[in-house]
Amino acid sequence: MTGSRGLRSWLTTTDHKRIGLLYFYTAFAFFLVGGLEALLIRAQLARPNGTVVGAETYNQLFTMHGTTMVFLALMPLSAAFFNYIVPLQIGARDVAFPRLNAFSYWVFLLGGLFLNASWIAGPVFRAGVLNVAPDAGWFGYANLTERQYSPGPNVDFWMLGLQILGVSSLAAGFNFIVTILNLRAPGMKMMRLPTFTWMTLVTQFLVITAFPVITVALVFLMFDRFFGAHFYVPQAGATPLLWQHLFWLFGHPEVYILILPAMGIVSEVLPTFSRKPLFGYTVVVYSGVLIGFMGWGVWSHHMFSVGLGPIADSVFSATTMLIAVPTGVKIFNWIATLWGGTIRGTTALHFAVGFIAMFIIGGLSGVTHASPPADLQQTDTYYVVAHIHYVLFGGTIFGLFAGIYYWWPKMTGRLLSEALGKLHFWLTFIGMNLAFFPMHLIGLLGMPRRIYTYAPDLGVSSLNLVSTIGALLIGVATLVFVVNLWRTRSHGAPAPNDPWGGATLEWAIPSPPPPYNFSVIPTVASRLPRWKTEHHDPMPDPPAAPPAPVHVPGGSWWPPVAALGLPVLALALLTHHLWLAFLGVAIMLYGIYRWAFEPFEI
Amino acid sequence: MPRFRPWLSPLLPLALAVVACGGPFPQSTLRPRSDFAGAVDQLFTSIFWWAIIVFVVVEGLLCYAVIRYRHREGRPAPRPVHGHTALEIAWTLAPAVILVFIAVPTMRTIFATAGEAPPTALKVEVIGHQWWWEYRYPDLRIVTANELSLPVGRPVQVSITSADVIHSFWAPALGGKRDATPGYVTRIAFRPDSVGVYSGQCAEFCGASHANMRLRVLVLRDSAFQAWVRRQQAPAAAPPRGSLEARGRDVFAKSACIGCHTIDGVSKGIIGPTLSHVGGRATIAAGLFPNDSPHLARWIANAPSLKPGALMMQMPVAGADLTAVIAYLQSLK
Repeated sequence: MTGSRGLRSWLTTTDHKRIGLLYFYTAFAFFLVGGLEALLIRAQLARPNGTVVGAETYNQLFTMHGTTMVFLALMPLSAAFFNYIVPLQIGARDVAFPRLNAFSYWVFLLGGLFLNASWIAGPVFRAGVLNVAPDAGWFGYANLTERQYSPGPNVDFWMLGLQILGVSSLAAGFNFIVTILNLRAPGMKMMRLPTFTWMTLVTQFLVITAFPVITVALVFLMFDRFFGAHFYVPQAGATPLLWQHLFWLFGHPEVYILILPAMGIVSEVLPTFSRKPLFGYTVVVYSGVLIGFMGWGVWSHHMFSVGLGPIADSVFSATTMLIAVPTGVKIFNWIATLWGGTIRGTTALHFAVGFIAMFIIGGLSGVTHASPPADLQQTDTYYVVAHIHYVLFGGTIFGLFAGIYYWWPKMTGRLLSEALGKLHFWLTFIGMNLAFFPMHLIGLLGMPRRIYTYAPDLGVSSLNLVSTIGALLIGVATLVFVVNLWRTRSHGAPAPNDPWGGATLEWAIPSPPPPYNFSVIPTVASRLPRWKTEHHDPMPDPPAAPPAPVHVPGGSWWPPVAALGLPVLALALLTHHLWLAFLGVAIMLYGIYRWAFEPFEI
Repeated sequence: MPRFRPWLSPLLPLALAVVACGGPFPQSTLRPRSDFAGAVDQLFTSIFWWAIIVFVVVEGLLCYAVIRYRHREGRPAPRPVHGHTALEIAWTLAPAVILVFIAVPTMRTIFATAGEAPPTALKVEVIGHQWWWEYRYPDLRIVTANELSLPVGRPVQVSITSADVIHSFWAPALGGKRDATPGYVTRIAFRPDSVGVYSGQCAEFCGASHANMRLRVLVLRDSAFQAWVRRQQAPAAAPPRGSLEARGRDVFAKSACIGCHTIDGVSKGIIGPTLSHVGGRATIAAGLFPNDSPHLARWIANAPSLKPGALMMQMPVAGADLTAVIAYLQSLK
């Protein structure tokens, strides 16, 4: 069962490195899908009174673009690095629960496929293709999502898909918390953890605390839609505002779930390429932890237009402005890390510096709508669309690309082309500023978000055209990246153990690492084990071959089998077939049962 | 290695944006025409300049560091600096101090614009529907739709709610948006300070035709407003016997129209907008089309084809009947 080639070895793998690669390729495919949706959105808005798609299709496109990018692209792209890099950074042989890890991946894949199946599932529901994809926004505000106003299966696809994905995120969250806390190599104290691992830990605590909130909100919605309950029905005395509070109580920590891993990546890339330790490591770590806590106290800043009253608005305004302080501190520490270094302008460094430059803009526009009166003119307009894309594209995606260029040689044994990488960076950088900067003005000039058409007399037609051109440029840039990935498979320069001169443990072992990672588990004596510091000499690399055979667990079929039960169960709710529900539960229970009694030592 | 010039790229779109600008921008948030919008604009401007200062300083430091400390042959290895406590304290306090300068005027503006107008204010109730706006003037006993008429210089107290899903009432020149949530009444207050026609639209995604839920606010001189009030308070015009308009009224009264629309003395439907004075409005279909015969004809024949998802069914009225109905509706000034 332990073969290292062939389809079966990938289906049954429990190796964190292979699961990391699976996460990467799957999430990247969804990233392309979400990008295609964005290009269609921009094509429709390139001119006023656009006719590329109709209203219903457009509403599905922006709903699926947001949902896909958040849950199927950015979170799992971060997860690719959690999987591949975190165990290497802490000197472990795998994650704490390798089969649970495989289960997380398969649930994610199946949940993503389930959501996207809605594009073509129309005929099953006696509707056309492109008719039943989710269409109530990635935020799914009640009571528009109630059966009365959204009678089709669109919203069902959305809430069931999110429930499936939530299972994946929660399982992975617990897995990584246990891994980071328990599997650290000897001497790897908490305050010696690499910053990326620290930010992963904070992120996972946010995941396990935030996802239950949306799970509850979605369960309420499921009861409303499937069983005629009234959790969000105003006519029955309930309030649709309950959804907004629950959704944003999840949704704001979710923003930090998306950005903290990228901040962690940048905190690894900058020191390596400026040949200086991260400036203010403790402050950067604590500010990350602080952001994690404070992220729970700001959710109503998404709701200033609701009319919660001046007291509530003032409180949430103040907490939101406060969160700018630890964020600013991180930025200053990154700049101080570059200061006085010898900076090598690799592609990874370009993306990391681009991250800082763009994140500053996103942060500053964020401060303008932390002020409720100003936000009353900005919320639900393109100004906010500009803001979130500076934070999530200029921020998270730039950070993730920095991570890809930085760790790709470790993950595949080949270096990505730097020339294509620079081209990719500059096209992305110019494209994103062309696409998203004009949106600030488009919003201030009065164009709301989520509208499939706008009148020419709004005066924002040229700006929208510029934005569309920028989006196309991002598309071209992404193609360059795909070419780079493809070319590197056969033509990439072979990567040595440590192509960059990194300070952390993952660079001490071969690229790609052997299944057991470390021939001998290293003993860590410093925060920068592979660098010479005032008190420590560099740690010697582990020997090339293990002194004694290393036991590596084999694969297992049961995580993917158990995972398969979930979409079947969701399909039962979607199509109202009771037998399918029993089938789904049976598959899942059987998978878990066999999993529990499987001797995991083949 | 090409040099970093990250500051150049944002300038390009900025320049393009400035060039691309033009036109009257009827929905701009940057041309306030009421006390509320003015206060918001003033606050935004002050935050904007703080943001520009921070932007220039921090991006400047970043660019300087990247260029000044780029790798060059023969440079000695950098000193392994791990941190600096005084610096950390300084750059924690600096943003905190700037935020105080933003937070204090913010709080002041929150309470100044908290939605309370003096008791003499004109009271207007706004009710969001999929996908049009209903306006009620309780003290004037007026009900109308989509085009909100207000007198210049007099405070207005707007109470906002929804008949179905969540909408958001937004006329940027007159102030910030406020959600229309079913089961809740929220309030904004403002005093329009210039005569004019201001456009706005629903800002909260509310279903298929969210993009088509537009509105217009007509800020009128007091005399013009009083004349408008008198027209609205008058009963719906009764067409002379035997006229085309009278035939139109009869067709209307016998059709499904009456199930949804009110015309004083003819029908009492409340699902769609009132038509008692529809001829006096400049637009139809929530600000989408001019209120003229061709658009009325197409709208009556097949509303959902002009406005996706529109709840108004296709009316089996055609030929001379249609002409008559249109003539009747246009006579309802």
